[in-house]
Amino acid sequence: MSLLSIRLHVWGRYALFTRPELKVERVSYDVMTPSAARGILEAIHWKPAIRWVIQRIHVLQPIRFQSIRRNEVGHKASASNISRAMKRGDLAGLQLLVDEDRQQRAASVLTNPAYVIEARFEMTSRAGPTDSVGKHLDMFNRRAARGQCFNQPCLGTREFSAGFELVKPGEPLPARSPEVETAELGFGAPRDLGLMLWDIDHAAPGRPSLFFRARLESGILEVPPPGSDEVLR
Amino acid sequence: MSALTRRHDFVLIFDVSNGNPNGDPDAGNLPRLDPQTNHGLVSDVSLKRKIRNYVELAKGGEAGFHIYVEEGAILNEKHRQAYTALRPDDEKAGAVKKLNPKDDREAVALRDFMCANFFDVRTFGAVMSTGINCGQVKGPVQMTFASSVEPILPVEITVTRMAATNEAEKKKGEEGSDEDARADNRTMGRKHIVPYGLYVAHGFISAKFAERTGFGEGDLELLFEALTNMFEHDRSAARGEMTTRKLIVFRHESALGNAPAHKLFERVRIDRSIGGEPHEIDDRIGNYAPARKFSDYVVTLDRDDLPNGVEIVELM
Repeated sequence: MSLLSIRLHVWGRYALFTRPELKVERVSYDVMTPSAARGILEAIHWKPAIRWVIQRIHVLQPIRFQSIRRNEVGHKASASNISRAMKRGDLAGLQLLVDEDRQQRAASVLTNPAYVIEARFEMTSRAGPTDSVGKHLDMFNRRAARGQCFNQPCLGTREFSAGFELVKPGEPLPARSPEVETAELGFGAPRDLGLMLWDIDHAAPGRPSLFFRARLESGILEVPPPGSDEVLR
Repeated sequence: MSALTRRHDFVLIFDVSNGNPNGDPDAGNLPRLDPQTNHGLVSDVSLKRKIRNYVELAKGGEAGFHIYVEEGAILNEKHRQAYTALRPDDEKAGAVKKLNPKDDREAVALRDFMCANFFDVRTFGAVMSTGINCGQVKGPVQMTFASSVEPILPVEITVTRMAATNEAEKKKGEEGSDEDARADNRTMGRKHIVPYGLYVAHGFISAKFAERTGFGEGDLELLFEALTNMFEHDRSAARGEMTTRKLIVFRHESALGNAPAHKLFERVRIDRSIGGEPHEIDDRIGNYAPARKFSDYVVTLDRDDLPNGVEIVELM
């Protein structure tokens, strides 16, 4: 771990890192995705001048699932209805009626997850002359140490909030109890988690999803760097 | 309305007696349970629904306090439909097939319009199919699942109705029994109740997101009012008696906050009261009678050594 990296311990009661192929009745990935980890860091500190690069995700707890079914709404707000209401100056008919638009959806969520995110950041082309890696690193460390955030970070979806604590440089990682160190987390032999979402390319047209082959080795998920051959389009 | 400038975190403590706080559609409407611990759950969306319903009741469609995700049909809407049916020459709005905002500017205008008019969009956000960055409005208020402080024991109660739904059902009843005439047209049903459960939910209010949606101090007051009163206006056969028991708000001085939320939440401690003495809730507590009322619990709030810039507001 270089001096310019950060480590953040995150945990929660539940987590839902939705697999893109199973998102009507949502099923979580076994482990936090790099894009979810990036979202957590951005909830604490982000500026257009920087870009977070997730390096490693440590899994601290066994992977356990639970199913939750909820009543959800089937529709999104329609832009055309809103602009019509704006023109008319009248809100009639703009509401969504939940009872007439019910969808019951199950979600397979992770229970009691805990991770350590290891990440660094890069400067983007929007960085100004006053932006430097050191400045933003300090800002992040200061905020994370004090528990400050832009908004409370979450584990996949907003109802599953994340507690977070900075692991200061030189400090050991939160201990993993020996009974957690099973083959499920890749102790003994690496465990193949299959193709996992790496991130979404927001800059490219159509916003394509990028994937990588995820492997858990002794509880650690190595994340390939941006632009590497391991990131699949 | 100027937006909120300080971050808030809150703990909502509510209880249920002889009722079902939140049915599980996966389990035949049994109260929600965490299968690993048997602790009861109430989903975030269930609580948000009650907040919306309360605001709709309290503000009654006052300008700026409409509710976007509404429950049930609105009577006025039905009246309007009757009018439009009678006067078809009025402006026909349904002609446009598909419309997306032309540019970012229009998307922002649409978003601002929704935030200004609808309390729930301003508070919880909404997904708008604007086609630009998915047009999501993230609301400042984020709530978690409420979980009971001890395992709950759902009880199934069978009830009867002295009437049949239809002719066929009545006939079936007549064939079944000959000795009891009363049983002829009787239907049986089930209710699931939790004898008693004390639940805790955590909530977060981001001042930075409030800036974006225009969620102001007045909205915050209304939200807290809703959290304290929402169960009073959600009485039904299924719910039993639900009451907000405590609402503890941690107010940070700054927008980004002055302390980690989990550290603040740890200051709220719930113990069982046994013979007037607080006992930690652990495995040994099983030897005592189960909790059946709020006074079987002691809620303590640690106010010592508060981090700088954090203020505790106890609203109940």
